[in-house]
Amino acid sequence: MNRPGDLAHHTLSVLVENKAGVLARVADLFARRGYNIVSLAVAPTDDQAFSRITIVVDVESAPLEQIVKQLFKLINIVEIQELSAFDAVERELMIATIEASTDTRTQIVELVNIFEGKILAVSPEAITVSLDGAPSKIDDFEALLRDYGIRDLQRTGRIALPKMDRDVPVLRAVSNS
Amino acid sequence: MTGSTDTDKPLRLNGGQALIKALEMEGVEVVFGYPGGAILPVYDPILDAGLRHVLVRHEQGAGHMAEGYAHATGKPGVCMVTSGPAATNIVTPLADAMLDSVPMVCITGQVALGSIGTDAFQECDTTGITRSVTKHNFLVTRAEDIPRIIREAFHIATTGRPGPVLVDIPKNIVDANNPDAYFDWEWPEELDLPGYHPNVTPSIESIEAAAELIMAAERPVLYVGGGVLKSRGAQALLELVELTDIPVVTTLMARGAFPDSHELCLGMPGMHGNYTAVTAIQRSDLLIAMGSRFDDRVTGKVGAFAPDAKIVHFDIDPAEHGKVRTPDVSVVGDCRISMELLNEELRTAGLPGSNPDRSAWRQQVSGWQEKYPLTYEQSKDGELLKPQYVIERLRDLSPKDTIVASGVGQHQMFASQYWEFNHPYTWLNSGGLGTMGFSIPAAIGAKAGLPDRTVWAIDGDGCFQMTAQELVTASVEKIPVKIALLNNSYLGMVRQWQSLFYEERLSEVHLGYDVPDYVMWAESMGCVAFRVEDVDEVDEVIAKANAINDRPVVVEFRCHATENVYPMVPAGGSNDDLIVDPSQADLLEADRAADRERAEAIEAGAQA
Ligand SMILES: Cc1ncc(C[n+]2csc(CCOP(=O)(O)OP(=O)(O)O)c2C)c(N)n1
Ligand SMILES: [Mg+2]
Repeated sequence: MNRPGDLAHHTLSVLVENKAGVLARVADLFARRGYNIVSLAVAPTDDQAFSRITIVVDVESAPLEQIVKQLFKLINIVEIQELSAFDAVERELMIATIEASTDTRTQIVELVNIFEGKILAVSPEAITVSLDGAPSKIDDFEALLRDYGIRDLQRTGRIALPKMDRDVPVLRAVSNS
Repeated sequence: MTGSTDTDKPLRLNGGQALIKALEMEGVEVVFGYPGGAILPVYDPILDAGLRHVLVRHEQGAGHMAEGYAHATGKPGVCMVTSGPAATNIVTPLADAMLDSVPMVCITGQVALGSIGTDAFQECDTTGITRSVTKHNFLVTRAEDIPRIIREAFHIATTGRPGPVLVDIPKNIVDANNPDAYFDWEWPEELDLPGYHPNVTPSIESIEAAAELIMAAERPVLYVGGGVLKSRGAQALLELVELTDIPVVTTLMARGAFPDSHELCLGMPGMHGNYTAVTAIQRSDLLIAMGSRFDDRVTGKVGAFAPDAKIVHFDIDPAEHGKVRTPDVSVVGDCRISMELLNEELRTAGLPGSNPDRSAWRQQVSGWQEKYPLTYEQSKDGELLKPQYVIERLRDLSPKDTIVASGVGQHQMFASQYWEFNHPYTWLNSGGLGTMGFSIPAAIGAKAGLPDRTVWAIDGDGCFQMTAQELVTASVEKIPVKIALLNNSYLGMVRQWQSLFYEERLSEVHLGYDVPDYVMWAESMGCVAFRVEDVDEVDEVIAKANAINDRPVVVEFRCHATENVYPMVPAGGSNDDLIVDPSQADLLEADRAADRERAEAIEAGAQA
């Protein structure tokens, strides 16, 4: 299974007008052009007029350049940045309910502690945990939990901001102007 | 403005009145439309408006009329229909305008805001349905937003790469009986489009790089597409060609962008392009794509398209650059402005004086023209007409600036091949979507915009049956278009594919000559109608039709049922495997054998 750490995956930070239907336009564009979305997170920015969509795309389905250019054709898209793991602070949140008998519960709690996660709920057969952090850390945590049996798992998808000392170029549909 | 107190007093309008006023402010002269429940409140202020409303007979007609109007006049076409089934009826023209980059504003009625999402009567998710077939669309939620959104709609439709924009307007905000639909009219000075910045002016580096490749090329071809027409760039193109002496092919969307009568015009490339246009591209060492988009109907098998050519791509839409073929030089900008800058650059560099010697290339090209002209066999005594012949006679007997609108099928390809297009904006057709039924409403739209011009629709019998009812519109609204109906009794283009690629197993393509009776049908719609079956009658009837200016005319030309369009590149095939007219097939086979021998000899020499 593809995971957000994949080399074919690129993170785009897309500033859009905060208007009804904008997310649908973006999703529709990906669907009709056959581009794959790995994850997508959206919320208003500090300025209520704009939202930021953090979208992890799979460039195996189409070249990143075409994806960016097609996105730019959407009238409500204002700015696009590509955030590489090197240039960006990336975070993701996962919550998961894991099978946990009295035998295995301590092992899971230990894992949660090592990863600095949280325990949200406990029952006789299961335990619900959460972890936030860099996507690769969450990948590792998820892989380790898998051995115990995952009942339910939800990840938020990645959000990202440029590192403060890095000058992340704003992508343009036209490179030479 | 002088300080009269009258102008200071705010003008209080309801949304419906504001919509009409906004259209007037945008300079709209004609709206093609059809009323109904949700748009009803807007049809009341239309009675007092300073614009013409053309009542169509089907909403698809309104959309294609707006397209035809836009294409012929260069102004955005406007259509207006109600919600639900009317909105879905206009989806086809929107998709058509989207693929052919036609500037168009479509206004749809919508159920009242409070009813949206309740499956109300005649509710459909119009903005959802049309999202992928419009350049942009709007759902207006407040009456006071109408002026700004109409302005933005026209701005988006007509700038950058043009396209259709839809504005969906709920009934309550245009309702004269709703107090909340009233507001103080204000025409916005500024648009609120923070994400919309078309790339109009190209970078000077890209122009320099393009000029450099052009000056160095030995076998260049200008591959001209619809973008030249959209940018009003025909004059700049002519100058570019006179400066560089480079031969030109004009795609189906660009017929007329460069005069067919010019000695450097090679005509149309692509699936039914002529041998010279197709082969010149294949052998070129530089392809200058000017407002063209490497459509599959032009390239055939992409990997085998112009294999030795470097590419300079001019297009205002960045996404077209590298979508199909990676360019060596990419010039992102308006085609007219780009060509003007390029011409300046080339003049500075010493052109036309310092062009390289390309006489060998010119000779090769004119050799192909001589050897493989477009050709067909005239019908024998007693046979029905050849469609090519009908088009040649129409061409020669109609005014030079006649506008031709075509349907989709064999007749479209024959029209593009055999008409001589010497003026821009004289050819209207559905290139990208290939919409049967386009020609009659498009011709009506063009004639509504340019009433002094002769407008001929060249239509097929299949196409005619899709939108013929708009001839009622033409009669009643006194828009005297002329229809040349090439009745071959078949869905001819489909029959051709079945003949060539399905072992002549003809499946569901026969329409028959006699039902419907096209002459009676046309007469019943208020047209003058003729039927021509004999070669000897063709000229006389065309002359009669051209002399009628007060009513639409339909001439049914009974055509040969089994004529095929040649040349032809089978879908997905390489342009090198073009099939020519059967009368030229032996010649071409001999040529290809000689080419192979030469290539083998060179290969053997290289190995020795
Ligand atoms: C709306 C629509 N339906 C189907 C087609 C597929 N199609 C392309 S050409 C053609 C036949 C057109 O027949 P006619 O109008 O008689 O023209 P001809 O090819 O005979 O000249 C068909 C069915 C189409 N292009 N558009
Ligand atoms: Mg036919």
